[in-house]
Amino acid sequence: MTATTMETTPVTTARPERSVPAPIPFTRLLDVEWRKMFDTRTGFWLLTGVGILSLIATAATMIFGNRETLTYDDFAAAVGIPVTVILPVLGALSVSSEWGQRTSLTTFTLVPSRGRVIQAKFLVIVAVGLASLAVAFGAGAIGNLVNAGIAGVTPDWNISLGTLSQIALADEINMLMAFMLGVLLRNSPGAVVGYFVYALVLPGVSGALADAQQWWMDNAGWFDLRTATIPLYDAGVTGEQWAQLGVSTLIWLVLPLAIGLRMLMRSEVK
Amino acid sequence: MITIESLTKSYGGFRAVDEVTFTARPGRVTGFLGPNGAGKSTTMRIVVGLTPATSGSATLLGREYADLPNPGREVGVLLDASAQHAGRTGREVLNIAARTMGLPKSRVGEMLERVSLTEEEAARRVGNYSLGMRQRLGIAAALLGDPEVLILDEPANGLDPAGIRWMRDLLRGFADGGGTVLLSSHLLHEIEVIADDIVVIGNGRIVAQGTKEELLAAGGTLVRAADQSALVAALQAAGLKARPGASGVVLAEAGLATVGAAAFAAGIPLTELRAADSAGLEEMFLALTAESQRDHLSAEGAAA
Repeated sequence: MTATTMETTPVTTARPERSVPAPIPFTRLLDVEWRKMFDTRTGFWLLTGVGILSLIATAATMIFGNRETLTYDDFAAAVGIPVTVILPVLGALSVSSEWGQRTSLTTFTLVPSRGRVIQAKFLVIVAVGLASLAVAFGAGAIGNLVNAGIAGVTPDWNISLGTLSQIALADEINMLMAFMLGVLLRNSPGAVVGYFVYALVLPGVSGALADAQQWWMDNAGWFDLRTATIPLYDAGVTGEQWAQLGVSTLIWLVLPLAIGLRMLMRSEVK
Repeated sequence: MITIESLTKSYGGFRAVDEVTFTARPGRVTGFLGPNGAGKSTTMRIVVGLTPATSGSATLLGREYADLPNPGREVGVLLDASAQHAGRTGREVLNIAARTMGLPKSRVGEMLERVSLTEEEAARRVGNYSLGMRQRLGIAAALLGDPEVLILDEPANGLDPAGIRWMRDLLRGFADGGGTVLLSSHLLHEIEVIADDIVVIGNGRIVAQGTKEELLAAGGTLVRAADQSALVAALQAAGLKARPGASGVVLAEAGLATVGAAAFAAGIPLTELRAADSAGLEEMFLALTAESQRDHLSAEGAAA
């Protein structure tokens, strides 16, 4: 069969010359990624769930705790649980669902620079972490005030601003661990299960190991990120504990994130 | 304008796209035709930068896709209508795209109207959409930024005949306004209805390209007799290029009169004699892509 060329094809109409559009500013990517966190059913309910559970945790602390001796520390610990367990799922999904739901096809055709998209997601995750911590601490504060009013005692604010920012740091590390798993695995069930193994299963394993082995008990902080983050929840973190946190964060968060990003940048989007 | 030059993509030793070269011109609808797995989608993904090419180049409006400052404003892309978050509403899908491109929100409503999705449908989650509705939503997203180029992978999939006609009119209007359209399909009929220029691909290689008229004219004559092999032999003996086609027909590269005379001279009674037209294109499509047709392989296997 003859293969013919299209050289003779006449051009019917020429469009008027168009100006090249302005580049997409980074702030717009932040805005879009922020919106994408909450505009799905999953995102909406995860966030609502964190809010509702914070309130329930606060109420439960008031109902079941000893009202005379309750302090802000108790409330902060109670509302910290939904923030640690549920919120990071949002962080994992923000990346992994792009692949799971295959929205990456649209995302990366509208913004070819994958690095900029992931950067925007990263910053949005950190911001969501801070915002929901503010909500959770706020709920705890209200609980503390209400409780003090009911019990007729002076509210006890026994947490310093320094400790609060340490708790924020610990929760952000959790958020970013989930984010890292999302980047590395690019698979929603895998990333979520991976996060729960990290957050709920590994501490038990590490604890059992520490019971059996004195060496692990003394040195786990260097290798076990969860163990290394525990001191952040109390005042008076030592220099060695900061060093342990730095090392284990490097091993479990920074390194895998770097590998995951490298793979993500080169991978084929299908 | 889309210019693709010597584009190649290898997976290990397998060449999914092999030295593909063609141009989709402004004012024309270019149909990219090939069986499943021929390399259409891979080629399109390379053009929009989702898949890295092994070698060769693809440029849109003279630039590589990655160099477009705001791609949605210049190139409308629909690669897979099902690739949308099932938990988002149709309107929200367009809202996000409009925000990314920096378009006013009013544009979303205009596009929904243009693809005939109602307010009520737009408020539903995409997970509940039929494939036809997803295609319409995908077209709306592609048209959102008022682009100069459209790249659509199997856009007619899931559309009913009225939907295909609607798509044809829409793309016709887009091309008449000076736009460039590249759309793929594995169905010859769709391409015939919609496209001006046709590029046929099989096994990653381009096997034919030209305007629709050129390719149809190249179809030659379709002729049928009770004894297919005798007819082929007779026409070939008369110095004509003839080959057997599906269901007993013979395709000859000659005019009606020449073919009729040759059959008459050989004393073979004909049951059918006509210009091949689309039948020729279909035969060509099947023949040219025969190696990549799974049916063909299994049919041979069954015969053996």
